[in-house]
Amino acid sequence: MLATLTTLLAQVQIREAGSGATTCQGKNEAFCPSYVIDNIDDYVSPVLEHLVLVLASVLAGFLVAMVLAVLSHGRRWLIPVFIGTTGVLYTIPSIALFLLLLPITGRGTETAIIALSLYNLQIIYRNANSGLANIPRSALDSGTGMGMTKRQLLWKVELPLALPEIIAGVRIATVSTVAIATLAIFAGAGGLGEILYNEGVQRGVFKTNIVFGSLLAVSLAIAFDGLLILVQRFAAPWRRARAL
Amino acid sequence: MAEGEGPVSAVLAIPAFLGSFGGAIDFIFSQRESVQAGEPIGGLSQIWDLLATQMAVSILALVLATAIALPLGVWLGHRGVGEFAAVAIGNAGRAIPELALIALMVAFIGTGVLNVTIAVTILGIPPILTNAFVGMRQVDRGAVDAARGMGMTELEVIRRVELPLAVPTIMGGVRTASVNIIATSTIGSIAGVKTLGDLILGQATYGTEGVIAGAIVVALLALAFELILAAVQKTLTPRGLVLQRAAARVSA
Repeated sequence: MLATLTTLLAQVQIREAGSGATTCQGKNEAFCPSYVIDNIDDYVSPVLEHLVLVLASVLAGFLVAMVLAVLSHGRRWLIPVFIGTTGVLYTIPSIALFLLLLPITGRGTETAIIALSLYNLQIIYRNANSGLANIPRSALDSGTGMGMTKRQLLWKVELPLALPEIIAGVRIATVSTVAIATLAIFAGAGGLGEILYNEGVQRGVFKTNIVFGSLLAVSLAIAFDGLLILVQRFAAPWRRARAL
Repeated sequence: MAEGEGPVSAVLAIPAFLGSFGGAIDFIFSQRESVQAGEPIGGLSQIWDLLATQMAVSILALVLATAIALPLGVWLGHRGVGEFAAVAIGNAGRAIPELALIALMVAFIGTGVLNVTIAVTILGIPPILTNAFVGMRQVDRGAVDAARGMGMTELEVIRRVELPLAVPTIMGGVRTASVNIIATSTIGSIAGVKTLGDLILGQATYGTEGVIAGAIVVALLALAFELILAAVQKTLTPRGLVLQRAAARVSA
């Protein structure tokens, strides 16, 4: 039964391959699963490149944002300076920022990662900053009462209590970056933009790749979001205890 | 040849990248021949044409997105219904790549100003809707109760109490939408609308200087929108709210 079906499919494929205009991709139909399956190898490296862009830029943005947040935590006058500076960077559309960096860092993955990191920096800094500002007075007093130094207070009380909001920032940053990183193709970096633009729009508006590229981008965003929801739960177990 | 290498070229690297920006600025102000054929490119008249198209699409989309999303978000927020939908739309909006939306539109709906404006509007709606909802929900319930106690109608409660107090959050959404809209209208050039993206994505025709010139003008356009919206926010924010926040900052 299965064997006959396979031979039948094979015959169909041979016949279709014979005349270009009658194949699914030849007719440029909305979505050709057979094309994707046959060429699945072509999608691997854009997906991996996309993952590198997202992970590297979220990590870099997170590290710098945390340093800035801790710096401005004890020096409140720095907060508007940091929010203003990162806010201006956030206002510049990603595609413009990619190319403004061109004369400085050239075309390629580094340029894309730097630009994406700057967006992540703004989102994560804002959240970390408000997380640290919203620590209940009573928690700080308890810590001080237990004889904690300022440094201990930061590491044992303030940062853990701010963690849910910090991770919320990382979640927003990651999901946005998955979407924005598709534009990295215009900075000469690969990623899913390669499927959408180079292999889609530029290849005679090849619908299968445009649909599949969009699907990949949205699935990646959903996967990261789900993963970070789990991290959020593990990082703040007391919240879960309260919810139960 | 040999004397140009080593430490000398390292020193020359700095003026070299300034040179690219300098060339880009020159591209904005003066016309030259295109890279391939002898067509005139660059110069203020071409920049202005592209800028005007992009501004028209962006302003129209921002107005449309606000007209659709703001009343809906305000009403849902006032009634306190649809929280899941309002937040989910905001999250989904963030996950949709601009490039994918434009590419899908080119593949299935078509190109042209109307289509691009609709696509750009769609990307402007989520942040405005979500922020309007959240802004209305964040208003102190005591203030709303007090307004009702004074005999205000529901419409008056919205217009005179909730909306003014929600202005900072609502405008935050409009500003995010504005960034999204300008970014997306730039890519509109792959859908046959001659925006500044035409320069940014047209290295073959305009050269690196044209690409960077496009990026500079897009960045300036986004900053100009941001400044205007910040000024709008400042005029709309009630004076009492400003004073209250300033007081909170001093006491903190």
